[in-house]
Amino acid sequence: MSWLKYTLKRLLMLIPVIICVTFILYVILSFAPGNVAWQILGEDATQEQIAQLEAEMGLDQPLLVRYGKYMLGVCRLDFGTSWFGGEDIAKLFLGRLPFTLLVAVLSILFAVALGCPLGIGSAIKQYSLMDYGVSFVAMLLTSMPAFWLGTMCQILFCLTLKWLPVSGVGTWKHYVLPSVILGANTLASMIRMSRTSLLDVIRQDYIRTARAKGASEWKVIMHHAMRNSLIPIVTQIGITFAGVIAGAVVTENIFAIPGVGVLLINAVKARDVPIVMGTVIFVTIIVGMINLVVDIVCALIDPRIDFAS
Amino acid sequence: MSEERKNGARESDNLLEISDLHVQYNTDDAVVHALNGLSLKVKKGAKLGLVGETGAGKTTLALSVLRLLPAGVGEITEGSIIYDGDDLLKQPESFMLGLRGEKISMIFQDPMTSLNPTHTVGDQILEVLDLHFHEMPREEKNRKVDDILTLVGIPPARKNEFPHQFSGGMKQRIVIAMALVAEPELLLADEPTTALDVTIQAQILELMRDLKEKYNSAVILITHDLGVVAQFCDSVAVVYGGRVVEYGTVEQIYAREKNHPYTAGLFNCIPDLSVKAERLTPIEGRMADPRVVAQGCCFAERCKHCTEICKSRAPSAYEEDGHGILCHLFTKKEGA
Amino acid sequence: MFVRKSKKSLSEYSTGELVMFRFRKNKLAMFGVVLLSIIVITILLAPLISSYDAVVEMNMADRFQSPNAKYLFGTDEFGRDLFARILYGGRISMFASLAVIGIAFVIGAIMGGAAGYLGGRVDTILMRAVDVLMAVPSVLLAMAIITALGNGVWKLIIALAVSQVARFARTVRASVLTLRNVEYVEAARCFGASSLKIILKHILPNGIGPIIVSATITLGQTILSISSMGYLGLGVASPTPEWGTIISENKMNIGTYPYLGLIPGICICLAVMAVNFIGDGLRDAFDPKTKN
Repeated sequence: MSWLKYTLKRLLMLIPVIICVTFILYVILSFAPGNVAWQILGEDATQEQIAQLEAEMGLDQPLLVRYGKYMLGVCRLDFGTSWFGGEDIAKLFLGRLPFTLLVAVLSILFAVALGCPLGIGSAIKQYSLMDYGVSFVAMLLTSMPAFWLGTMCQILFCLTLKWLPVSGVGTWKHYVLPSVILGANTLASMIRMSRTSLLDVIRQDYIRTARAKGASEWKVIMHHAMRNSLIPIVTQIGITFAGVIAGAVVTENIFAIPGVGVLLINAVKARDVPIVMGTVIFVTIIVGMINLVVDIVCALIDPRIDFAS
Repeated sequence: MSEERKNGARESDNLLEISDLHVQYNTDDAVVHALNGLSLKVKKGAKLGLVGETGAGKTTLALSVLRLLPAGVGEITEGSIIYDGDDLLKQPESFMLGLRGEKISMIFQDPMTSLNPTHTVGDQILEVLDLHFHEMPREEKNRKVDDILTLVGIPPARKNEFPHQFSGGMKQRIVIAMALVAEPELLLADEPTTALDVTIQAQILELMRDLKEKYNSAVILITHDLGVVAQFCDSVAVVYGGRVVEYGTVEQIYAREKNHPYTAGLFNCIPDLSVKAERLTPIEGRMADPRVVAQGCCFAERCKHCTEICKSRAPSAYEEDGHGILCHLFTKKEGA
Repeated sequence: MFVRKSKKSLSEYSTGELVMFRFRKNKLAMFGVVLLSIIVITILLAPLISSYDAVVEMNMADRFQSPNAKYLFGTDEFGRDLFARILYGGRISMFASLAVIGIAFVIGAIMGGAAGYLGGRVDTILMRAVDVLMAVPSVLLAMAIITALGNGVWKLIIALAVSQVARFARTVRASVLTLRNVEYVEAARCFGASSLKIILKHILPNGIGPIIVSATITLGQTILSISSMGYLGLGVASPTPEWGTIISENKMNIGTYPYLGLIPGICICLAVMAVNFIGDGLRDAFDPKTKN
């Protein structure tokens, strides 16, 4: 039950962070250039119409008052409405979240399922041809911009070879390329992390102890090294999750997936402040939760981590 | 005692016989010569103390016997290690797997890092039995784990705890329990007490003595502490620069009548309460650069009795009644 | 080689000399240095190689010319010289990335240094702020700032720099903390050295390693971020060339004329890879224990 208490404590600790994040964002976004009402109403709007709309939107009030009202709304899960479309932000976000989460989770699964065995393999066969090859691929993947890799793959596999649908959502085939492209960077970090981590563990004294007991190389790796090297790998998965969500912005754009990323980028371009605000807060909460899960998983793997402290 | 020793010259009595062992570490920066023709014999049931300062090659020796030198870095270039009639350097890895942990086990220097943090201590001891005694029923294995824990003074009830829940001294006991649970023929104890404070040190030595009596294993105690050797061992080998420069029984060496200049230097570093001295006499200079193989005697540069021959030619062994010294000082006397 | 040639033993070399020695021995890192030097020198010499006019000049007669002697990298749908565009685009990409790292480093170093060195309440407040900033994925933070500031190279630089400040502050603080209580710093303090002198003379040279490594690795990521932003249409706007925007504006034609996508993409890859090789080399050189 101690982990339940720990989870609750961590969730409570997330609240002040979210409040601060919201405040900082609110201040930053309040710098968005002035005449919002004029932008919404279009060029023919009269002075009266603009003043009326500003009053309706509460833009004539001081920043802190506006922030207070916004936070009161957030407490009721009311993130306001889009400036230009008028849709409810929470609904808008939650409607698009499944697409993003699906691609994000698929991409991480892909990266972990492929990256960990590759990294572990090249650690075991350090300095072998395979090790150099895998390291090179990892280096290549970290150096390649996702938008470029995505565009090129789209042209090759969808337009030229016609193996996969070009864009949109629908069948499972639609998700193959986006997940792989979004996971490419994570794949690289998984390869590097699991390789480094295992090499680090293999150097430890307790691995030598295990060998001195007469354990075979296979047993040493599987039974003694694996669990210990998992801890940094799991932490890394948590860290990359934030990056994956951010990377979704690019991938969704290339493959026209109606997810949070497209919502955000369009809002940024249109300067639809409430959408940007709401999206960033939602994503921050999700990332915070993921980190919590990661910490709990780490504690389950590593007996040295005590929930009480 | 001496009667037994003379008979002991027979080959079959030697459990472990290392001859002319050369080991080098190939690092990025240089080739480090750790062992340069080290020879050593250990009889069944013997308690040998391996003495020398840090970097003399003591741990390298122990790891070489188990063939556990760091892969890709440590390399045995010459020599042989005969264990119970088999040259370990010529055996396949599968043979070594059966030997490690069952016939030869090792207690490592640092108890803090020698235990796997994610496994319970009970499981880690049990693993030795699982690896080597496939036919033994589970209950018997568990009983053996409980017994050995009791023997080293850890309540068996704590076997489901993890290493971080134990103190340093207790971890060392667990490491010892792990090394002894299979009742090995040869125990390599690499500075088992260095990381511990003095009171615990005495307890651990006492414990090792009891266990040795019980299982009659041969023990090689690696240490830089001459006091520990006097307490525990019956014979001594002094290692310097990757060679055994002096060997003999504890009595022969501690008599301080005939000693290698290096051993004599070591004795001078120990405070002696019976003699009134203003200060201790350290050995001048530093360990020779292990990257360079010495032409003559490896101790020549620091030796007070150094002569021309010491710098140009490696000394051969002078032996008298099982007491060997690798020094021109004695071979010259012999010749004259 | 180093050891055997000279009579000095390893301990007689200063930390800096050792780092340089290890770095120079790392083949991949040296490859990175050469590659980056070529890229940077070519970019710096851009005005000598091609005039800026070629970047924006449309020449409908020469549309979609494959790479040839006249147009080294070919031309785009408006007949603009891709080589010139990449050359000048690289100036913006590289300059903006360096500016981001520079700004983030200075602010981060001040924050982290103050937090680590002064400790106490200053530390608590600054680190809480860093925690909050770190809670937001940095790309999203940058996007929020762009929403507020609008498009433009400098606005993009500011947005990315602010989103990296927290990371630098943490690295610098960690370096300062590990060194603050080291014996030689205590000794210097006992001799009555001033805080500033201690920081400049003792903490900075010894703690700089992880900071340089972190800066180099972040530089690679920033080159990617800037081109991604360009691709998404944030930051640098067409017709001003930037590596990401070049790919974005040719998106529709890459299928028919693959060189339009391949060449700028490979340029980004090479630049990022060069920086990453250098970063890895520096990390191994500063901390050989982590070398695998």
